[in-house]
Amino acid sequence: MLEEQGQNYAEFIKGLWKENPVFVQVLGMCPMLAVTTSAVNALAMGGATLFVLVGSSLFVSLLRKYIPKQVRISAYIIIIATFVTVADLVLKAVAFKVHKELGAFIDLIVVNCLILGRQEAFASRNGVKAALSDALGMAFGFAIALFCLGAVREIFGAGQLFGVSLFGDSFQPWQIMLLPPGGFIMLGLILLFFNQMKARKEARLQLAQEGPVKS
Amino acid sequence: MSGENSLIWLFVSALLVNNFTLAQFLGLCPFFGVSGRVTTALRLGLATIFVMVITAVCSWVLNTYVLHYAPYLKVISYIVVIASTVQFVEMSIKKLSPALFRALGIFLPLITTNCAILGLALFSAGKGYGLLEGVVYAIGAGAGFTLALVLMAGIRQETDLNSVPAVIKGTAMNLIIAGVLSLAFMGFAGLFAKVFA
Repeated sequence: MLEEQGQNYAEFIKGLWKENPVFVQVLGMCPMLAVTTSAVNALAMGGATLFVLVGSSLFVSLLRKYIPKQVRISAYIIIIATFVTVADLVLKAVAFKVHKELGAFIDLIVVNCLILGRQEAFASRNGVKAALSDALGMAFGFAIALFCLGAVREIFGAGQLFGVSLFGDSFQPWQIMLLPPGGFIMLGLILLFFNQMKARKEARLQLAQEGPVKS
Repeated sequence: MSGENSLIWLFVSALLVNNFTLAQFLGLCPFFGVSGRVTTALRLGLATIFVMVITAVCSWVLNTYVLHYAPYLKVISYIVVIASTVQFVEMSIKKLSPALFRALGIFLPLITTNCAILGLALFSAGKGYGLLEGVVYAIGAGAGFTLALVLMAGIRQETDLNSVPAVIKGTAMNLIIAGVLSLAFMGFAGLFAKVFA
């Protein structure tokens, strides 16, 4: 029992950092770039994706023994589309303004390759608990990435975070950050930062293995 | 403004000003995944235009005859109908024209789960386009995607030969290149301002 819990915890934690869907696996780019013009939108998108991913992982994992292999992709897509419809209607009822700003991108969660990828690679092969841990981890990892990009773009592009002004009146906002090019370039820079950290870590590991260099 | 004129502008707008990939962030997975070589990019682009036209017709039929009565079925019916129609068309091309199938075939099933396709259906439904407008919009959007993809592939082929720091190689550099391309495409917004001023 304890071992199983540890296993599930490991499935959860890997999505946050080591196999982060955006920074490491580079999945789900379209919503990532399109909705991150503000931190609030980014969080709403993260929440909707979390709901869809967890819900469909649960169903796919429960039904994994009954879905014939030949039609599995279509079956997954129908399950995902059902959850997306629910998320869409709920968001419309609860937060109409955010729903309007996200526009078609809530519906487009259906074709987010992250979600289908997790069903195919994980939920269809594992039990309910493991599938849920994996889905939660991946969804939180995705939400964290969305939030990072959304917050950075809002801070530079509008000089505020969650609608609260940060720099005072003299700040000249970088309009470009809120426009499409800003999204591409900022995500590029964030990935660059991640690559740099990874390269450094690898270099340090290699150094540790080889032992001190004699000069 | 006459009807013909507005169709041309619809095409230009979808092609350049509201370019699906560089201005609306749709279809980024193939944009980064399949932009390694110009020839592959061009074939994927042509296949996408093809699927988009089918999508436009399918979504028009759905909008007119089904979704009017059951709007909550939008996402599910779009994806199911578009995917199965594309599958059907793929099978008939394989039978009727093996040469065309070899050029486009392998990409067709992949394209169906591309967000540009579903995005096209959703956008043209949202804007209330008729059949003709929808098809023109689809061709424009597909051509815009192809243009972005081929440009990206061309730039990437060039950068393969240059020496770049190892850290920036891969997705980070592609994203920054895409950002610069997108910046260039923003210039086209002035096109409309000038014409309609």
